Amino acid sequence: MAQVFAYLVHNDGVLDDSAMELVVAAKAVGDDVTAIVTGSGIDAVADAAAQIFPKVIKVDDAALAYPNAEVVRKALVTIIPKGSVVLFANNTFAMDCAPGLSIKMDAAYVSDIIGLEADGTTLKTIRQEFGGEVNTHVDVDAADGAVVTLRPGTFAPDESKAAGGSVEAAAAGDMSAKRTFIEIVEPEAGDVDITKADLLVSIGRGIEEEDNIEIAHELAKAMGAGAEVSCSRPIVDAKWLEPSRQVGTSGCTVKPKVYMACGISGSFQHMGGIKGGFVIAINKNENAPIFQVANVGIVADILEFIPELTEALGDL
Amino acid sequence: MEILVCVKRVPDSAENEIEMNAEGNDIERDDLVFSVNEWDNYAVEEAIQIVDKVGGSVTVVTVGDDESDEVLRREMAMGAAKGILLNDDAFEGSDAKGVATILKGCVAKGNYDLVLTGAQADEGGAAVGGMLAAMLDYPYASLVNKVELGEGKLTVSREIEGGNQEMNSIDLPCVLSIQTGINEPRYVGIRGIRQVSGVEIPELSAADLGVDAATVGEAGVKAKKVDYFVPESGDGAEMLEGSDSEIIAKLIEILKANGGLQ
Repeated sequence: MAQVFAYLVHNDGVLDDSAMELVVAAKAVGDDVTAIVTGSGIDAVADAAAQIFPKVIKVDDAALAYPNAEVVRKALVTIIPKGSVVLFANNTFAMDCAPGLSIKMDAAYVSDIIGLEADGTTLKTIRQEFGGEVNTHVDVDAADGAVVTLRPGTFAPDESKAAGGSVEAAAAGDMSAKRTFIEIVEPEAGDVDITKADLLVSIGRGIEEEDNIEIAHELAKAMGAGAEVSCSRPIVDAKWLEPSRQVGTSGCTVKPKVYMACGISGSFQHMGGIKGGFVIAINKNENAPIFQVANVGIVADILEFIPELTEALGDL
Repeated sequence: MEILVCVKRVPDSAENEIEMNAEGNDIERDDLVFSVNEWDNYAVEEAIQIVDKVGGSVTVVTVGDDESDEVLRREMAMGAAKGILLNDDAFEGSDAKGVATILKGCVAKGNYDLVLTGAQADEGGAAVGGMLAAMLDYPYASLVNKVELGEGKLTVSREIEGGNQEMNSIDLPCVLSIQTGINEPRYVGIRGIRQVSGVEIPELSAADLGVDAATVGEAGVKAKKVDYFVPESGDGAEMLEGSDSEIIAKLIEILKANGGLQ
């Protein structure tokens, strides 16, 4: 297999943990493995990367102070030889940068994979479809290169940090862009802080109508002072609850003692926001992916089950 | 502002139970219910709101066959003035790059200031918008959840991790992929669809678009789907069974045991 490159992200001068997983994925593809870090004043990040990767290329340029996907893409096209395999951790930066990079490199593209093996110049990958209800085997012809984004958690990370790698600086080239970064705006604090709750009654599409949200509030009230109502993305998209109640990669990360997922299918993006606690899933679809990851499952229509549970708690 | 919105007819995830076929190599497709990709409704709504502010018109386009007609008409009933169907046997089986190649041909035949796509569709690849932008050498922003109009440019907000918004200035023409929640897509009734039922929807082929048939369709696919399978469920959840009152009694014990009830 051709050369393999992994693009590493960093925040506030700290290398993202995904680097330790990407190195495992890169070595599954080929022997000649190189990490690329871009930014401004990134010596410490490059050194951290060299503990994980045998070779690191750093592109240090004021124009790269914020990872603007268009500018980073230009740098990558300059540095990476055509025909290479390029890996990204699948995140909002990769979604911005990787598809266009595959076009500029005239390479194959596969995103959000959850399995990866090399077989000659073919990459044998696995992807999810239909929110994780089914998977597909996808064979990628990487003879002319490939751009691959990897879902976090696909490989066990190599945490040894014993690579003792070398760092080489590369010039960025033309850094002009038709898109410019302005600023990051942090979310407004809501009237509740679901990250502090001991118990979350979390609702998803299964709640069906805005008026039904009251049954979740009543259940949380019956459960006591440590309970709050949270939700999955479609509920916030529909403006039925405020964004501060959303659990998931695009919302809050929560660590309650008990997480009750009510009418939530259990997408990867949603589960990514649950970092601990006992998960109870209630869903009328017995094939819902949430039952694969929950501790306890109940097949039931939440619109009937929740009021019954609330009533039973009231009788205690 | 002239806006092109790229839409797709997809299996409706809310209306279908996904099951494997008898051969065990694909999902059962015979009885699937289709609708417009959810993200695309937000993209069309955003386009209409922009045109309502500054004038111009919205065109919706899809790569598909005759069955995609209803999807285009639904979006036209929302307020898109024109629909275009990109239909050719050579397009069948196209992957994201193939679809982007076909759409590029369509963009080149118009005079659009702005091209919108949904952030993703049924397969979750989230790739067509970024590929199309790269082919056109237009700037691109993905996961856009706010658009403000400026002079020859837009200010867009991207939804990034942790609920943060990444604000960017982006020159026109550009391609944006639109995230759900950016607006509230208007309701479309049967009456609205009836009103656009007579509107002619032009159909363009590979030859009309100047697209080389060898670069699209199955011929152009580098990432080939081999088969579908049901993932192994690992340990999975312990399923509570019995009558409702038995289940609730067990559940209350579990809540107490795990500190969920004081």
